[in-house]
Amino acid sequence: MTDQKATPTTTKDKTTMTGASILWECLEREGVKVVFGYPGGAILPAYDALRGSKIHHVLVRHEQGATHMADGYARASGQVGVAVATSGPGATNMVTGIATAMLDSSPIVCITGQVGSKLIGSDAFQETDITGVTLPITKHNYLVTQASEVARTIREAFYVARSGRPGPVLVDITKDAQQGSCQFDWEAAKPQLPGYRPDLSPAPREYEQALELIHNSKRPVILAGHGIIISGAMREVRDFAERAGIPVALTLLGLGAFPASHPLNLGMMGMHGEAWVNHMIQEADLLLAFGMRFDDRVTGNLKTYAPNAKKIHIEIDPAEINKNVKVDVPLVGDLREVLLELMPKVESIDRSEWLDHIDKLKGDSAVRDIQNLPDSGHLYAAHVINDLWRQTRDGNTIVVTDVGQHQMWEAQYYKHEHPRSLITSGGLGTMGFALPAAIGAKVACPEAEVWVIVGDGGFQMTMCELATLVQENLKIHIAIINNGYLGMVRQWQEFFYDRNYAATPLLNPDFARLAEAYGIRSATVSERSQVVPTVEAARQHDGPMLINFKVEQEDTVYPMVAAGAALHDMIRRPSPIVETAEDE
Amino acid sequence: MLNTFMVYVENKPGVLTRVASLFRRRAFNIDSLTVGRTEKPEVSRMTITVDADRDQARRIEANLYKLVNVLLVENITNQPAIIRDLAMIRVAATHEARSHVLELANVFRARVVDVAPESLTLEITGAEDKIDGLLELLRPYGVLEMVRTGIVAMRRGSKPGEAVSARESTALDAADDGVSYSV
Repeated sequence: MTDQKATPTTTKDKTTMTGASILWECLEREGVKVVFGYPGGAILPAYDALRGSKIHHVLVRHEQGATHMADGYARASGQVGVAVATSGPGATNMVTGIATAMLDSSPIVCITGQVGSKLIGSDAFQETDITGVTLPITKHNYLVTQASEVARTIREAFYVARSGRPGPVLVDITKDAQQGSCQFDWEAAKPQLPGYRPDLSPAPREYEQALELIHNSKRPVILAGHGIIISGAMREVRDFAERAGIPVALTLLGLGAFPASHPLNLGMMGMHGEAWVNHMIQEADLLLAFGMRFDDRVTGNLKTYAPNAKKIHIEIDPAEINKNVKVDVPLVGDLREVLLELMPKVESIDRSEWLDHIDKLKGDSAVRDIQNLPDSGHLYAAHVINDLWRQTRDGNTIVVTDVGQHQMWEAQYYKHEHPRSLITSGGLGTMGFALPAAIGAKVACPEAEVWVIVGDGGFQMTMCELATLVQENLKIHIAIINNGYLGMVRQWQEFFYDRNYAATPLLNPDFARLAEAYGIRSATVSERSQVVPTVEAARQHDGPMLINFKVEQEDTVYPMVAAGAALHDMIRRPSPIVETAEDE
Repeated sequence: MLNTFMVYVENKPGVLTRVASLFRRRAFNIDSLTVGRTEKPEVSRMTITVDADRDQARRIEANLYKLVNVLLVENITNQPAIIRDLAMIRVAATHEARSHVLELANVFRARVVDVAPESLTLEITGAEDKIDGLLELLRPYGVLEMVRTGIVAMRRGSKPGEAVSARESTALDAADDGVSYSV
């Protein structure tokens, strides 16, 4: 993990510099070591000034990749990731990556070049109103038209991106602002954000109300979200859960926030969550939402969601309170600080009856688990991911997934013990995220073992970044879960569209040969017995490796809560064992 | 119900777009929005009326605060306030109707700002229902053209420059709907 602290060099202070040089100087002082970018006309002055900077520039193959890399960097390290692009198409190519970071509260700063300020509004070559385009998908954005505004804007951008509920900030800098000169003064360029208040805290009486609900509850569940990781509240959540004896269910982005092996860990909730978790939420008399936002993928139908439960919502963003679910006690503030405040007053309560009940529910799921079904000779994605977990569980591993079936299987079968060990696009569900985000994660954490788990569809959206991976000499392993379909869409077609597999079968290249074209070692696996040896071969190999896992084509993620259905109304994997038992 | 918000924003380019975009994106329906300068050159002030229930009103306020350029938001729907709208109304006023229209204008304290052979243009300032009342009475004569500014509002009582701070404002709201946060 890199240390992102302002470097206290003052040699350039009060000297006359170009806007372009000020840009890099400010990025350095914000602690930036690396940026992911792609040059072009309107950002050329900045690239010209790059040679005077200590910052390493990673040349990407598409600007969307740059934003996902910055995002992956941010999620792996907790520091701000930076992406750079030119005006017009360079900037618009960033849109998907920015929206991805926005929905998952990931701190990135995007720098874009803009046509000269005199040309703005004239439909000049490669002119796009990118601040207008990204207005609803950034936490904040800026248009800079003078060199003298560069320093303050960059400082504000970093402050806004990383504070409060983090998010993407875009800074659009006109060509003349990069070329123009002014006196650089870091101190005088302090952020001036009179309306920005990231540091909120609850009122004392709200703590009292929360404690009363906690102490009166017999069947409580903690809903653990991404906010735990952002706040750095892993230890506090664990202390709280243990002290109060409350089991913990996790959102997709919360995985890793609470150790998978902890006895109070229930696993993932929601659309593809564990059945017992969803049942427990429905039976609970108190939900404690920690840094999560009651997304529709975790609640199912809101009308029938946790009907008997009181709700306590600890959340840094006041706009999330009562947005989807009406809560009884909102505690608006930084999760870690709120828990530290609550902790001394929380009483230890015996909730063994409730916890025993949960264990019974778990038994039913175990017999349906594909890991426990007889080997049919077919290779299932769940096998691959579970075996991968067994092989890499003891190491410092970061898994970066794409979006779809493999993502849900990863969430179910890779047991995450540590925060930031899973990087995935949750809110926006961006296919093509995995490979570039993994590059960002590996750059942020060079010591970590980084695995990409990606579908054959999503991989083809951003596979051009294989060149970036080779260029940067990064040892990243890529496991393609190749079922020849856009699997999750096919699953919806199977359940809800009468098996009309419209536009979901995929024509794929030979991924192994594709990797070889980039000079990346590769293998193709279609038998379960080959999974572990091939994973080990990759781990021993001194360089990146791509493994094409040809898995069962029409496999399905279970359980599944259909969109709009009640959370307890799940489609389950048919269990021959259970059905036989009932027949007798 | 209609909620009235006073929103203080930084006087910077694009801030109106940010506020308008927020309402569109979150599907809140603006009834009226006015914006103008204040006693401080660096601050602009908006008066926004929105059709929203209490929970929605709370979320609108919270979402407005998420905009970096928003300085202060006050929901003055249930607070003593001076609320004014301004309308200009061109009404058909031929020879025989002219004196009747002038009489109505007088009663409503509207001012005649333009006179033409076939019409009169009135300017009226007041609460929305007062203007609605005058319009209703003018309609039989023939309203040829009408424009309204949308409302501007000011809380009663507090002295100039003594705007309620954000902290106090949210604490006030907390008492009435059980949700609060200090800023």
